[in-house]
Amino acid sequence: MTIHRRLLSGVAPRILWMLMGLLALLIAAPYFIDKYALSVLILILYFAYVGQAWNIMMGFAGELSLGHALYAGLGGYVAAGLFTHYGLGPWAGVFAAAAAAALAGAIVGYLGFRFSLAGVYFALLTIAFGEFTRIAFDHLDWFGGSAGLFLKVDVAPNPFDLRGGPVLFYYVILALAAAAFVLSRLLLESRLGRYWLAIREDAEAAQAVGVPVLRYKLMAVMISAALTSLAGVWNAFYYNNLFPETAFGIGRSIEITLAPIIGGLGTLFGPIVGAVVLTGMGEAFTSLGDTLGIPGIKQIFYGLALLIIVMYRPAGIWPWLSERLGLGERPR
Amino acid sequence: MTSDFLLALAQAITKGLLTGMVYGLMALGLSVIFGVMRVVNFAHGEMMIVGMYLAWAGFEYFQVSPLVSLPLIAVLFFFMGYALQRGLISPFIGRPEHQQFLLLLGVALILVNVCLAVVGPDSHGIQLDSQFDSYEVGPLVLDAVRLHAAIGAIVIAGLLWLFFTRTRIGKSIRAAADNNMGALVVGLNVRRLYAVTFGVGAACVGAAGALMITIIPVTPSLAAEYTLLAFIIVIVGGLGSMTGALAGGLLIGVSEAVAGLLADPSLKSMFSFGLLILVLLLRPQGLLGKRGT
Repeated sequence: MTIHRRLLSGVAPRILWMLMGLLALLIAAPYFIDKYALSVLILILYFAYVGQAWNIMMGFAGELSLGHALYAGLGGYVAAGLFTHYGLGPWAGVFAAAAAAALAGAIVGYLGFRFSLAGVYFALLTIAFGEFTRIAFDHLDWFGGSAGLFLKVDVAPNPFDLRGGPVLFYYVILALAAAAFVLSRLLLESRLGRYWLAIREDAEAAQAVGVPVLRYKLMAVMISAALTSLAGVWNAFYYNNLFPETAFGIGRSIEITLAPIIGGLGTLFGPIVGAVVLTGMGEAFTSLGDTLGIPGIKQIFYGLALLIIVMYRPAGIWPWLSERLGLGERPR
Repeated sequence: MTSDFLLALAQAITKGLLTGMVYGLMALGLSVIFGVMRVVNFAHGEMMIVGMYLAWAGFEYFQVSPLVSLPLIAVLFFFMGYALQRGLISPFIGRPEHQQFLLLLGVALILVNVCLAVVGPDSHGIQLDSQFDSYEVGPLVLDAVRLHAAIGAIVIAGLLWLFFTRTRIGKSIRAAADNNMGALVVGLNVRRLYAVTFGVGAACVGAAGALMITIIPVTPSLAAEYTLLAFIIVIVGGLGSMTGALAGGLLIGVSEAVAGLLADPSLKSMFSFGLLILVLLLRPQGLLGKRGT
């Protein structure tokens, strides 16, 4: 099958038109929305993108990672380090970043799968590697240590070095999110994707019919890690600073997992829907918290919302929503 | 090696053992809950700091020593845990891990931020009269508060052991953990046993919080740290094993204290996470866990 047919086969023209319309709308958005709305849209696209990357590992291959901040952090630090010390722009540095993250993913995955850690145990291993790296980076002076790594901001806008305003970063993250969506679809419709689903449903049965389970699980982790590292690079250049505490912290790992779990694991639209819902909630609760003036109230509402969603829609919002809308993307 | 260094090392190890007993009690709660119903309590550290805040508030506003308020806190936590299991967690038993994770993450966010909203972000500690007392055992000096906390933890762990080996309900819980179907067949009310288990696990961590506040001050940011610490301890000792949780607590307590002495104190949790990775890879059932559980 050609790539083109693999991408489009079985997709109703109606859905295709809707997607094209959405993309056109998003491309035009910076011309008619204000700065605040643009920053919210940027957040949504960022979470949709990292969610899509995480979903490849958990939603497709069925391996729960609670340490994805490791890959985002490594990506950000490698690209930012190369830029700060050698003036190497992120468009080149991103290759080093992705390679570093894929290598880290290969190590975590190999150790975990080789010693057949599953479920909670594997998840705890990923947390441990993330935290271990966080503390290590506190003591790596080349990367600024615990005092943080800061990117030069007093330079002329230069898209080749990813220096510029929010609109530049908006288009970059939009392109990433769209590409990750298409890539996920392609992967899912390929032999690789089918192997992942087989492994996720029953790894022993897959092994028995001749699927090289270890190799395909490793590919899932490495692809997911490399994609996640791109978000880390984007993040580092968007915010212009990196601290081990936030870049590798468990909080970063958790926020990466939320959009796909809330939206619907293993679905293509789940991470996007989850990102819209979570970011919308976050913004609404922030303004509510500012009005009430009580510290922590935002997070209390956020926690309550998570509870309600997981209690009433444990499989995620999108599978239920798409059924309601008659679009019918089921979790695979 | 000078004798000064050896003495400092012995001192650090003793201090680590005493703190480690309290760590062990905290982890015991996590281990009991996981061992019986296979749910990882991602809100464990958050429950711990709630216990610390309650004991602090009791001392600050009512001049009640944490060692006196501890039984009250434990009972309160038992009922909170019982209700939490009945109301929220029960339908999630046997569900995929990521759903349990999300549920307890919601609980954790609410608990820690209620603390933040009520008490604020500043750190709060208590000054007991015995703050600066110490006992001398040969050349070693033991802080009185640390020793009292460790003794408290040992007593509570002993009571828990009696509960699980001597009482009918404790034995029923172990039976349900061993063989869920069998327990249902002989007519045990497994749903209620699960709720009691969560209550007992919560009581452990609440009691550990009341002991811990005598050693270090509490801030909301400690919560995530304690959750991770409890994970490390139970994995190192053996998830689901009671003696394993206590032994893991001692080991991590000592490793933290010795790392603080030999290397940069900020590296101490790197030692713990390194230990966790080694144990996960080489002996995933934990040092004292049984294979296949």
